[in-house]
Amino acid sequence: MVTIGAIIYEPGSTVRNKTGSWRTFRPVLNSEKCIKCEICYIFCPEGAIYEDEKGNFKINYDYCKGCLICSKECPTNAITRIREEK
Amino acid sequence: MEKIDVITGTTAAAIGAKLANVEVIAAYPITPQSECVEVLAKFIADGEFDAEYIKVESEHSAMAACIGASATGVRTFTATASQGLALMHEMLYIASGMRLPIVMLNTNRALSAPINIWCDHQDSITERDTGWIQIYAKDNQETLDSIIQAYRIAEDEDILLPVMVCIDGFILTHTVEPVSIPDEKKVRDYLGIYEPKHAYLDPDRPITQGPVGVPECYMETRKHIWDAMERAKKVIKRVNEEYYEIFNRRYGNGLVEGYNLENADTVLVAMGSVCGTIRYVIDKLKEKGKNVGLLRIRTYRPFPKEEIKEMLEGVENVGVLDRNVSFGFNMGALGTEMLATLRDKKICNYIVGLGGRDITPSNIEEIIRHLEKCEDVETKWIGLKE
Amino acid sequence: MIEIRFHGRGGQGAVTAAKILAKAAFYDGKYSQGFPFFGVERRGAPVMAFTRIDDKKIVIRSQVYNPDYVVVLDPTLLDAVNVVEGLKEDGVVVVNTTKEELDLGFKTYTIDATGIALDILGVPIVNTTILGAFAGATKLISLESLKRAILDTFKGKLGEKNAKAAEVAYRMISEN
Repeated sequence: MVTIGAIIYEPGSTVRNKTGSWRTFRPVLNSEKCIKCEICYIFCPEGAIYEDEKGNFKINYDYCKGCLICSKECPTNAITRIREEK
Repeated sequence: MEKIDVITGTTAAAIGAKLANVEVIAAYPITPQSECVEVLAKFIADGEFDAEYIKVESEHSAMAACIGASATGVRTFTATASQGLALMHEMLYIASGMRLPIVMLNTNRALSAPINIWCDHQDSITERDTGWIQIYAKDNQETLDSIIQAYRIAEDEDILLPVMVCIDGFILTHTVEPVSIPDEKKVRDYLGIYEPKHAYLDPDRPITQGPVGVPECYMETRKHIWDAMERAKKVIKRVNEEYYEIFNRRYGNGLVEGYNLENADTVLVAMGSVCGTIRYVIDKLKEKGKNVGLLRIRTYRPFPKEEIKEMLEGVENVGVLDRNVSFGFNMGALGTEMLATLRDKKICNYIVGLGGRDITPSNIEEIIRHLEKCEDVETKWIGLKE
Repeated sequence: MIEIRFHGRGGQGAVTAAKILAKAAFYDGKYSQGFPFFGVERRGAPVMAFTRIDDKKIVIRSQVYNPDYVVVLDPTLLDAVNVVEGLKEDGVVVVNTTKEELDLGFKTYTIDATGIALDILGVPIVNTTILGAFAGATKLISLESLKRAILDTFKGKLGEKNAKAAEVAYRMISEN
């Protein structure tokens, strides 16, 4: 049912919309090459890169749209791409 | 205590907003509205009431600020005219689409070019489909009362639509006349504090207002406004009666006001201050034994179709005065809507008073003479120079 | 219904005069309207303003074309505009002038309002003075209500001086 004024009463409900299904290419982060400079984390337009408890950077494939900006920006070429569909 | 003062229409509107205890005012000055927000700015500067006055760089921003303020759940007021209203255009749809009960005074003024600061209704008629309720007041008393009533109507949970109170530029805005100013406490008791249930910004209870409306939901939002407009008819009537109970003044049934309609074969239909001049002519004609009636449309939106049909039943000659033109269809807006409402009647449409052209009693008499002779639907310009 | 037309020059206070008169009439227990001619006004140019007074609510909204009274704030206007245009046959004119007699074809009262204003206010702003003369000549409104309306419009000492100027003109014209 559409609410009055199309108001959305549930905060943060957009996370249910998993945009990760849109990818043609999947970025893959090689943690051995990663120098933890945070550049990928800063540049990711979707906020899909996060730092885990151990301080390692990870890509959340639920929301990564595969734009590959991270791969382009990585100074050590730690992020490479693979085809999503084989 | 109720007291009477001799004031202009713009001052009356400003006092109305003050009595309604508005919390945010965002406005940009424009003739013939400026005095309204000047008076409000002075009230605030003098500490007469506590509101936030936001100075903005345009009318577009004024409405944007009102939308933002209203979305936080406070009572909001602005005022404009003509080019200013036109500049607000896209924001008007946002206010109604977000269901924000903003109240605005529009002091009716012609649109450029050529530049003209005087009265006609083209500005607000142009905004008729924006989802705003439109009330046209006939004098300064009704201006003040309508601003107060507008909050009651707009904030009703069944309505939640913005309201535009329209008053004739110069003719009301620059004319002083006695206006009864209601007791402040009585008004505040009547209106209460605006406490929206549907939408207000609160960090502890986050919601999203004004999101993307995809094809799967947009059409329903339009239907909601349509339904709210329909319900508004009932609410406006109710508010008119409530107001009468408390403040002893009412305006017809709230939607339409008749004058001398009994036994009148000829009836003029009009909006705004010209209805006073029509009444003046009707009284003069009555002395000569001639019966002419007046049907004043008070709310142009929602348009009171049923009431009009009922009140004009059996009337032979219906003359509709329009202070606006729909170029290309070549009738006035009220004329076309009356034609659609009363499909089996002869309706003559009169284009009058554009850009401040004075509408005199002899213009009204000319209309009545023409209307009685006219045999079919016709549009005629009155008061044009040879 | 009585209709009054004011002629002045932009900046002389003709519009304020029309509004003060409307207020004074209201204090006398009447209904009233006061409004400017809806035109392009600028300092020094000829301007008009109107007041309507009646025992019942005034509904008419057109401008005034056939006034019962005309008030002229500036004598130089007599050469510039036809101040008696449309004036009713038994109409009355009140003119600010140093001349004792004027032939305008209507019953005419004259008063040196500029002289009185300069004397009491120190500035040649004659609207309140000529309202005093108008009230004295026509007895259409009471001096008491006029003074009250003036004191409402101008605060403090300025109000008192203006009320005094009105009273002096009222007495001067009443005695003649």
